[in-house]
Amino acid sequence: MSIAIKIQDLKKSFDGGKEFVLNGIDLEIPKNKITMIIGFSGTGKSVLMKHILGLMTPTSGHIDILGSDIKAMSPQQKAKFRQKMGVMFQYAALFDDMTALENACFPLKEHRKELSIKARTDIAIKKLQMSGLDAKHHGKLPGELSGGMRKRVALARAIALDPEILLYDEPTTGLDPILTEMVDDLIKSTHDKIVGATSVVISHDLHAAFRIGDFVIMLHEGKVLMKGTPDEFLKSDHPFVEKFVSKGVRKP
Amino acid sequence: MVKALSFPFLEKLLLVLGHFCIFAWGALKSIFQRPYRFEEIFKQLEFVGNKSVSIIFLTGIFTGLALSLQIYLGFSMVGAPNLVGPTVALGIFRELGPVLSGLIVAARAGGAMAAQLGTMRVSEQIDAIKVMGVDPVQYLVGPRVLASVISLPLLCGFFDFVAMAGSHAICVFVFEIDSAIFWDKITEWINPSDVTQGLVKAGFFGLIFSLVCTYRGYYTSGGAKGVGESTNRGVVISMVSIIIADYVLTNFIRLYFQVAG
Repeated sequence: MSIAIKIQDLKKSFDGGKEFVLNGIDLEIPKNKITMIIGFSGTGKSVLMKHILGLMTPTSGHIDILGSDIKAMSPQQKAKFRQKMGVMFQYAALFDDMTALENACFPLKEHRKELSIKARTDIAIKKLQMSGLDAKHHGKLPGELSGGMRKRVALARAIALDPEILLYDEPTTGLDPILTEMVDDLIKSTHDKIVGATSVVISHDLHAAFRIGDFVIMLHEGKVLMKGTPDEFLKSDHPFVEKFVSKGVRKP
Repeated sequence: MVKALSFPFLEKLLLVLGHFCIFAWGALKSIFQRPYRFEEIFKQLEFVGNKSVSIIFLTGIFTGLALSLQIYLGFSMVGAPNLVGPTVALGIFRELGPVLSGLIVAARAGGAMAAQLGTMRVSEQIDAIKVMGVDPVQYLVGPRVLASVISLPLLCGFFDFVAMAGSHAICVFVFEIDSAIFWDKITEWINPSDVTQGLVKAGFFGLIFSLVCTYRGYYTSGGAKGVGESTNRGVVISMVSIIIADYVLTNFIRLYFQVAG
């Protein structure tokens, strides 16, 4: 099994080492799989994601992404490297002054200047269709779209450059159960459609983790508590995992 | 005791100033780096410059009227009403034009800049720009700073023109000063350098408010409350900085003209 992301002894403190939000994370995220990183609120999931994206500098430890050490990169190298990653943020983070189509087109406009405007627009339309946004909504501003539609636009923008790694930060937060399942299915179908993509989903939704995840990593108090397949989690006799599983899995 | 009272404040002040200088240097450097953001610059020119025209017009015309009225009341007592024009012109060109246009645009456009960048920060839009491999300072801050530096002298020039039109109107139609004398005295007493030093100062004020407001907005934290605080602080600090910078720049310009003879 080849590895997309390898993290070794990652530590992060915001107060000069008195308290660690991430306290020695060791994990490997396999290529071409959907990996779910789960845990209660405040366990450091989003901080971990920001480290993977290079938005935060670790206090200590190593982060290796697709064989490159992101910590050692210059800002210019990081900017170029990030084109290999697509991110769907918790609240979509769409640009308010751009339409859905312009949002999806933004990465192409920045990084595919060799393409004509028409070619870039065609790609963006294709990505919006792929993420399930109806053509009649392409010209709407984010404020005119529902929560589910905004997530679809965010996903289209994330996959615009055909990234090798797709990260989802709490993609179902604030959505009703039906929309939650829709977003989960969207993650799964997008992963299946992009050949060779590695998907990493940060979530506290265990139901989703077991439904769409190939591999699950559980964080607790800034450390990896358990990693394995959904089946291994269901069979685990670790009291904390048992408690989390019993509270977190919804009946179909 | 002394340490407890003064040192933490000084340390914090120096830290903030240092951080601001790094940000300002990055923003100024980014203007000259590729890819050039012409589309964003034009958008900001439209927002900072074009959309400030009406408020500058209103402020300018009433400043010209009020200043002329006050000066006329004083000068007519010493029998020199013909000097109202050049006195108003000096005050407008050298001080009121650049300072008032700086303060007005700082409040209008600067506040909007801080609020917009603050909202983008708390809603993770700035992070989104970064993870898409785009430098957010170059994309968001550079065009705003450049547009402000270009717009402010133009707006100041417009303010000067409108204020003098107002002054001319009240002097000629209300105080019955001859129009030819009004303009003749102005050309006699006013040098082109009086106008240009005001325009140069306006450019600096544009630089100050745009850097301060974008800095406050860019480093916003704490949700809607944080956006409000950033906007408020950005505008207040910009306004105070403009007033302080006005004194400093006036001294520099005076020294420059002394040295230049």
